[in-house]
Amino acid sequence: MKHLLSTRDLGRDEAVGILDVAEDMADVADREVRKLPTLRGKTVVNLFFEDSTRTRISFEAAAKRLSADVINFAAKGSSVSKGESLKDTAQTLAAMGADAVVVRHSASGAPSLLAGSGWIDAAVVNAGDGTHEHPTQALLDAFTIRRRLHGAAARGRDLDGVSVTIVGDILHSRVARSNVWLLSALGARVHLVAPATLLPIGVTEWPATSGYDLDEALAEGPDVVMMLRIQSERMTAAFFPTAHEYSRQWGFGDERLAALRPDSMVMHPGPMNRGLEISAGAADSARSTVLEQVANGVSTRMAVLYLLLSGSRTGGEGEA
Amino acid sequence: MSSTILVTSATMADGTVGDILVRDGAIVELGRGLSAAGATVIDADGLVALPGLVDLHTHLREPGFEQSETVLSGSRAAAIGGFTAVHAMANTSPVADTAGVVEQVQSLGDAAGYVTVRPVGAVTVGLEGRSLAEIGAMATSRAAVRVFSDDGKCVSDPLLMRRALEYVTTFGGVVAQHAQEPRLTEGAQMNEGALSGRLGLAGWPAVAEEAIIARDVLLAEHVGARLHVCHLSTAGSVDVIRWAKARGIRVTAEVTPHHLLLTEQLASGYDARYKVNPPLRRDEDVQAVRQGLADGTIDIVATDHAPHPVESKDCEWDAAAFGMVGLESALSVVQASVVDTGLLAWRDVARVLSAKPAEIGRVAGYAEGIAVGAPAEFTLYDATASRVFGLGDLRGKGRNSPYLERTLPGRVVATVHRGYPTVLDGELVDTDEIAARAAAGGAQHG
Repeated sequence: MKHLLSTRDLGRDEAVGILDVAEDMADVADREVRKLPTLRGKTVVNLFFEDSTRTRISFEAAAKRLSADVINFAAKGSSVSKGESLKDTAQTLAAMGADAVVVRHSASGAPSLLAGSGWIDAAVVNAGDGTHEHPTQALLDAFTIRRRLHGAAARGRDLDGVSVTIVGDILHSRVARSNVWLLSALGARVHLVAPATLLPIGVTEWPATSGYDLDEALAEGPDVVMMLRIQSERMTAAFFPTAHEYSRQWGFGDERLAALRPDSMVMHPGPMNRGLEISAGAADSARSTVLEQVANGVSTRMAVLYLLLSGSRTGGEGEA
Repeated sequence: MSSTILVTSATMADGTVGDILVRDGAIVELGRGLSAAGATVIDADGLVALPGLVDLHTHLREPGFEQSETVLSGSRAAAIGGFTAVHAMANTSPVADTAGVVEQVQSLGDAAGYVTVRPVGAVTVGLEGRSLAEIGAMATSRAAVRVFSDDGKCVSDPLLMRRALEYVTTFGGVVAQHAQEPRLTEGAQMNEGALSGRLGLAGWPAVAEEAIIARDVLLAEHVGARLHVCHLSTAGSVDVIRWAKARGIRVTAEVTPHHLLLTEQLASGYDARYKVNPPLRRDEDVQAVRQGLADGTIDIVATDHAPHPVESKDCEWDAAAFGMVGLESALSVVQASVVDTGLLAWRDVARVLSAKPAEIGRVAGYAEGIAVGAPAEFTLYDATASRVFGLGDLRGKGRNSPYLERTLPGRVVATVHRGYPTVLDGELVDTDEIAARAAAGGAQHG
């Protein structure tokens, strides 16, 4: 693996392999000294064109636990509005000798551009690009599901037969996209639920089923319900009439929690809008995996950085 | 150089072979075995002689955006592509919405001398879609503007569009509409469909084009005006135009070379060279616009040549400018997409790239094509050539061609404008020589 840009590039075996390495990394977190010397001398740059404290500190913790040097680069604005261009930023980082660049950008495809441009010869990790993908989020979600289902016996397992219902703003969600490709590659059955305005044109060609009715979807007894965050800017753009109506139709409230199978899990990538897409009762229940997702995020990102940077990299691809 | 040119053994658009004798800016004799003492002889054995190509849709960027293109650099790009006339779109700075600006653009074109530059006037002041520009002043200026367009922006206000259609009729002009419903395309980045959903790029739905075309053809019918639709790109648009023509509505439509050849799949790598407005569409749309061009529903091919500085394309897709350069590659792309596929013969190419665009733009001298008495405006094209299109094939300032590293058929060998060659042996004639020719010819033609 030279870069991690999209979960569409991952086959089942490769994905299981990453999750297994993440298990090893999770073991490190249980030790007295939570640090490995593996990436000593390597430089990881967190290049964030969009604010995301949660994702940035997760990558930062992951890199530091692997003993890498971490540089946080908060580049505000895009190339047209203000500040320097992506190209100049990339070439600057290349000149500083970055080994990996973790990039978060508001423009879909920015990490792909960085990886394929020849501006920089570093491993590129997509930490969320526009409404395209957020591959490490999907990996940590898959890891979380697998751990909940199989516990200590999770290594080597895929998600064959696991049913996952993803609810909310599919149209704008990079988390949903990465999860659809990854979970389906791992053998899970993915079902998407949203108002028609928030399902993309062409969703029928995705490796997932889709529908509008959350209660109908919950009645099927899914193993996993994944709630997506509703961005405030959607409220005023006629995707749905009011937050109240959205919450009533597609929010995961206490009644829906009660209707859910006791062994089902409720996921949310965070940050949550409590009372809108998820109730406090659901978010804090034993079925919620929200805090596990945060913890697993560090292990998963350690695995990704380890696989990209620890020697097994073969040059050539994307270096033109 | 002599003002007499003898072209020998050219293959005309209708397939016949003959010589062309040019003297004092006009075609004076056609036939076999012509001779003329002291003439510059161009051996056109195996070359197709096409009437000078006329582009109804060119962005020359001057005044205001000279870092992207100038009238001179764009004229050179046009000549190497076989063009002898271009229509310069109005989205300059200042906008071409006054007689002063259109006269300036025209005189820059005359001075450059590579092609006839016909300025397009803005429909609304500043392209802002609020009030009509001084259409009458531009029409009666020295530039005698006949094509009016807010291209780059749609005249979306239906009442203003109705008034524009009516008012332009007063001066024998035509409104060329950039059909794009603005609310349906807010933030739009590429064709809306399964691919845009996967790539996470905001969609530019076909309906945003088709709805405006449908509205405009009905408005044109109601007020009895002439309407031209710019860069039509979808199968649905072809259907609407076909329906309108069957109803007798006076509408003409254009398609760009890139919409005849390229599909939205090229957006997959987020390479902003493929970002264009209207966006590249599905393969079904490409097939439909080819068919529409073949059956006459679509009247012309126009380049929408849109040069941009390197940094406007060397960036994230969302931040990149819309547009591609197209003058240098247009004829090759037309050959690849509709000639080599058997849909159009060379005489059809002469119609869609010369006679018809000249008719829509009211450019004199192109109605008969290559004919005795007509102005000497033609190009000699080697359709048997094949080349890997590269930066070296571009002559304008823009490097944003979608065809770089792609193999394209054909090559322009010579272009003759106003009786003098602008391209010889596949290369542009020197700028100063052309300017001197233009100055001399300008005196002659008044």
